[in-house]
Amino acid sequence: MSDQYGAAPLRPFRFLLVLALPFVLSACDSPLLFPGGDIAARQRDMLLIATGLMLIIILPVIFMSLYFPWRYRASNKASSYDADWDHSTKLELVIWTVPLMIIIVLGAVTWVGTHLLDPYRPLDEITTSEGVALDEEPLEVQVVALNWKWLFVYPQYGVASVNELAAPVNRPIRFHLTAESVMNAFYIPTLAGMIYSMPGMETKLHAVMNEPGVFDGFASHYNGAGFSDMHFKFYSQDEGDFEAWIENLKGSDQALDTQSYLDLAKPTEGFPVTYYSSVQDDLYKRILGMCVRPGKLCMQEVMMIDAGKAEPGRDVTIDQLKYETYDLDQFGHGGADEGHGDEPQGATAPATNREPHSDESGGQEPAGEGTAAPPQLNAE
Amino acid sequence: MANIAATTENDTPVFFDLDEHEHEPGGSTMLGFWIYLMSDCLIFAVLFATYGVLAGAYAAGPRPDEIFELPLLAVNTAMLLFSSITYGFAMIAMQNRNKRAVLGWLAVTAAFGLCFVGIEIYEFAVLFHEGATPQRSAFLSAFFTLVATHGLHVSVGILWMVVLMVQIRNRGLIAGNRRRLMCLSMFWHFLDVIWIGVFTFVYLIRVI
Amino acid sequence: MLGNLDLTRLIFGRLTLDSIPYHEPILVGTFAVVALGGLALVAALTHYRLWGYLWNEWFTSVDHKRIGIMYIVLAIVMLLRGFADALMMRAQQAMAFNGSEGFLPSHHYDQVFTAHGTIMIFFVAMPLIVGIMNIVVPLQIGARDVAFPFLNNFSFWMTAGGVALIMLSLFLGEFARTGWLAFPPLSDASNSPGVGVDYYIWGLQIAGVGTLLSGVNFLATIVKMRAPGMTMMRMPIFTWTALCTNVLVVASFPVLTAVLTLLSLDRYVGTHFFTNDLGGNSMMYFNLIWIWGHPEVYILILPAFGVFSEVTSTFSGKRLFGYTSMVYATVVITILAYLVWLHHFFTMGNGASVNSFFGITTMIISIPTGAKIFNWLFTMYRGRVRFEVPMLWTIAFLVTFTLGGMTGVLLAVPPVDFVVHNSLFLVAHFHNVIIGGVLFGMFAAINYWFPKAFGFKLDPFWGKVSFWFWVIGFYFAFMPLYVLGLMGVTRRLREFDDPSLQIWFVIAAFGAVLIAIGIAAFLVQIFVSVRRRDELADTTGDPWDGRTLEWATSSPPPHYNFAFTPMVHGLDAYTDMKRRGFSRPMEGFRPIHMPRNTGAGVIIAGLATVCGFAMIWYIWWLAALSFVALIAAAIAHTFNYDRDYYIPAEEVAASERTFADALAARS
Repeated sequence: MSDQYGAAPLRPFRFLLVLALPFVLSACDSPLLFPGGDIAARQRDMLLIATGLMLIIILPVIFMSLYFPWRYRASNKASSYDADWDHSTKLELVIWTVPLMIIIVLGAVTWVGTHLLDPYRPLDEITTSEGVALDEEPLEVQVVALNWKWLFVYPQYGVASVNELAAPVNRPIRFHLTAESVMNAFYIPTLAGMIYSMPGMETKLHAVMNEPGVFDGFASHYNGAGFSDMHFKFYSQDEGDFEAWIENLKGSDQALDTQSYLDLAKPTEGFPVTYYSSVQDDLYKRILGMCVRPGKLCMQEVMMIDAGKAEPGRDVTIDQLKYETYDLDQFGHGGADEGHGDEPQGATAPATNREPHSDESGGQEPAGEGTAAPPQLNAE
Repeated sequence: MANIAATTENDTPVFFDLDEHEHEPGGSTMLGFWIYLMSDCLIFAVLFATYGVLAGAYAAGPRPDEIFELPLLAVNTAMLLFSSITYGFAMIAMQNRNKRAVLGWLAVTAAFGLCFVGIEIYEFAVLFHEGATPQRSAFLSAFFTLVATHGLHVSVGILWMVVLMVQIRNRGLIAGNRRRLMCLSMFWHFLDVIWIGVFTFVYLIRVI
Repeated sequence: MLGNLDLTRLIFGRLTLDSIPYHEPILVGTFAVVALGGLALVAALTHYRLWGYLWNEWFTSVDHKRIGIMYIVLAIVMLLRGFADALMMRAQQAMAFNGSEGFLPSHHYDQVFTAHGTIMIFFVAMPLIVGIMNIVVPLQIGARDVAFPFLNNFSFWMTAGGVALIMLSLFLGEFARTGWLAFPPLSDASNSPGVGVDYYIWGLQIAGVGTLLSGVNFLATIVKMRAPGMTMMRMPIFTWTALCTNVLVVASFPVLTAVLTLLSLDRYVGTHFFTNDLGGNSMMYFNLIWIWGHPEVYILILPAFGVFSEVTSTFSGKRLFGYTSMVYATVVITILAYLVWLHHFFTMGNGASVNSFFGITTMIISIPTGAKIFNWLFTMYRGRVRFEVPMLWTIAFLVTFTLGGMTGVLLAVPPVDFVVHNSLFLVAHFHNVIIGGVLFGMFAAINYWFPKAFGFKLDPFWGKVSFWFWVIGFYFAFMPLYVLGLMGVTRRLREFDDPSLQIWFVIAAFGAVLIAIGIAAFLVQIFVSVRRRDELADTTGDPWDGRTLEWATSSPPPHYNFAFTPMVHGLDAYTDMKRRGFSRPMEGFRPIHMPRNTGAGVIIAGLATVCGFAMIWYIWWLAALSFVALIAAAIAHTFNYDRDYYIPAEEVAASERTFADALAARS
């Protein structure tokens, strides 16, 4: 290593070159750089445009950062030296205007791109490629982020699935997203950028898949102990396959109603794929209104009352308004505590949607877990 | 401070201040305290913003026009404004180096301040009795937090005033105590300004 | 039986024997090491009778230089802790493939990444910045101390109190498992009722008070205490950046204090600011915390920019190119820092116009930043660049930070952010700018100003070893994360399914090991330098041919910094003095008025820490008692009017003569 101590500032940066190579190699796997959906492809284009624009200035700067100290190293007496040269109006004009120009261009691109690729904006000819069935009614998917699994409701078909999503190729999809208790982000990299799903609120996302295949989707906003397991498969299928998939869901012997939703909402890790042949009519609306539990007042109603558009029933009690969630602190203590040892993920989750994890750890004495695990802090 | 351009005979500038006059200790205190007040002001700004965001979130619970009592508030506001005037008199007395008058006016100011806090506590007690607690809705959480934070500041101000009165009684109107009086003065008037914001933004526009 | 239980709860709150994580071997091991190390330290201090010295000369010191050194020591200790967390994360992620769960259950892993972020920002980067400012700013402006020396000591101990609570969470209870910004609803009372989030809140609140007060202190110092002749446009750039940073501190930390107070009200009182029900709005928390959080980024980076300016100019033997534009760039960044917070959550579903506005304001920041980089480049241009250790860090910074700046602009484009937000690309980006900017800057600063603070240089060989391992390790550790981010890998994952990703995590872990060697080499550097301090001694006070006033006094400077206040006639005041042949006055010394040391800071901050601890564990009686004691101690402190003393003229004369003799002996 001793030869490193000379005046050779260039040496460490060779690693940059070495490290650039794998970038190229791995790119082929990247759902970001080679996405299957138009929206993700447009977003990738924005990434490339922005990178290109930045490189106009970044490359010369990196070059100068290495060349100047080397050229004007103290041992190089041949180079000129001017201890008092500290100003040049021309140069300063350049170093302020060139970045400014680039940012003006990038800013314009950003303004247009952000509006075109706004997740709330329905798809149109500008944002999609040929072959996308823009005249068809988009596939509606209601997404609920639960701890720690994804519930997908297909209102047009009256079915629902957990931890598995399917959509026909080239048919626009309109996602409505919400969450059960904590913030989440819904992300299928190959399809489109992510969007938060938040309790009591609804976000929207418009996207389309242009090629069939099986892709990964996951939660991309940390949400507690089961975060790592909160992923699902996204099937992009031909129309026929999709219909068959829906039929398969309809054949399930499980129905998603108030009770089965409340059971499903209990925190679990590594929940198995589950199908529901039917979905209670207003369930999604009540999830959004945080009033699935019987006896609760829906947020939509509360907002009407608050806005003075509805009579506040004098009998509104605090219990009708309280939203009960689960103590997430007690999860994630590892194999021994939750009783599934070294078994692989998902192996303990039975075929039913009754999950073992929360029941077991919920029923355990805190003392056995060796942590504080205080009783739930109830406001009452 | 010596003349900056000063040079010695052979045209070398003077690089050290050989005839330095002693800086008064605490010369930066007023500026520092002012900066602190501005940062405190930001805390209130956040609380105001929070109140602004949550002002309509009644959660089907009590609304401002149902719970706010303007007459009581008018009295309360008057207490605080009077206390600012009396603090002003204390400052005038300080300029005149009249220790007894300073102590007297401070006592009056503190009394007004105590009335203010007392009325506020009474108001809160009534609200609690009506079921309008901070736990009832986001609106009430924001309301109580903003108003109580101000009330807490006033209480701290009163405590400070009492301590300062003891210190002035013990040591008189020495420079250190005068500086403290001026800081407390800024603090007290600052709370007045904040209260005017609270009064207008929280109470008046919600009731009228 | 019930009465008995209640009594225990009354006395100990929710603190029980089960709160000690004795079943976690990693924690027990860490505790053993810390306990043994601590005992050895205590024993050594007792044996060599150093307690009195430490208490009188350091803990109670109001000397800005000593407080600065204590800040930096604190930061380095916490760097070890935060870096241990980083190593565990890297190891976990490199291992947890093909069905393996790695070695950290999520209960532990989630605490580790939360603690890593919290510690690195609040208890490493911040104390480093504040420590360097403490040592340098008063000297650079020719002052004898900061405006409020007692407050300075108190600020330090509040920071230390925050550290104590965070460290305690390791061995008593748990730390937050919410990510370093503790977003509700995850962090609210219903989802995370445990002590973790409370540790987070109180640790940050107590340290935050210290940070805010030191911000006030530096602002007053820089505004009021500059040497005669030092106009604003003659201030050294580091002082300028310190000024802007402290403007940001004063104008953003109150927001953090307020938002954490609201969160704690939600948790303790049951209010509904950020809850899901009864009208709460968790998106408000995102906005408020980032209104603090984004300026915080500039709080960290601006002083580093200042360091690079000083270092580049000194080691190029040249005036800083474009001083004026440098100043304006700094000021513009300070202002723009408040207009970009929303870029941290473009994906929350804001409208396109809102997103574009914040995206474009973010990009605009790259213009003044770019101008700064060009200014450093043109400072080297036609210079005589000496590759001393601080300069090496600066060159590495230029390359690394430029790269990080580029990815930062990418992230500022909302449609791009939609695909890389919350990904390892983002993680790589902010480490790229925080390590490549802040940390490199602080290492440059430590190497640059160490001789000023201690009177001897740091060993250059080990400094270079540390430098190379850090820089190379950095690229190994974070370039793979860029790749992984572009492959769609999200941050904070504990285990992975896709085996093709593993190699990247292994490379990143290797990089972390290189950085570990870099850190070790840095510690060796200090150790070796202390041993070789006579060879490395700086008798001139000006080991680097410095340009600003801190080099005009001896190393280490006397308590009073300058026997006579310097008078400034232009930029680069000390270069000016040297060129025009100044001479140090050797007579006419006067007694110097200095602040007296006081233990009040330690006591008040200690009580605040106890109060925080009691609040975390619901030990209400202790919380009330320590709070009352805190108020009483603060009031008692105000009754102490005897806060200063005079250093006799003879003592000043003697110490100046020693310095003059040393200088004469050299020449």
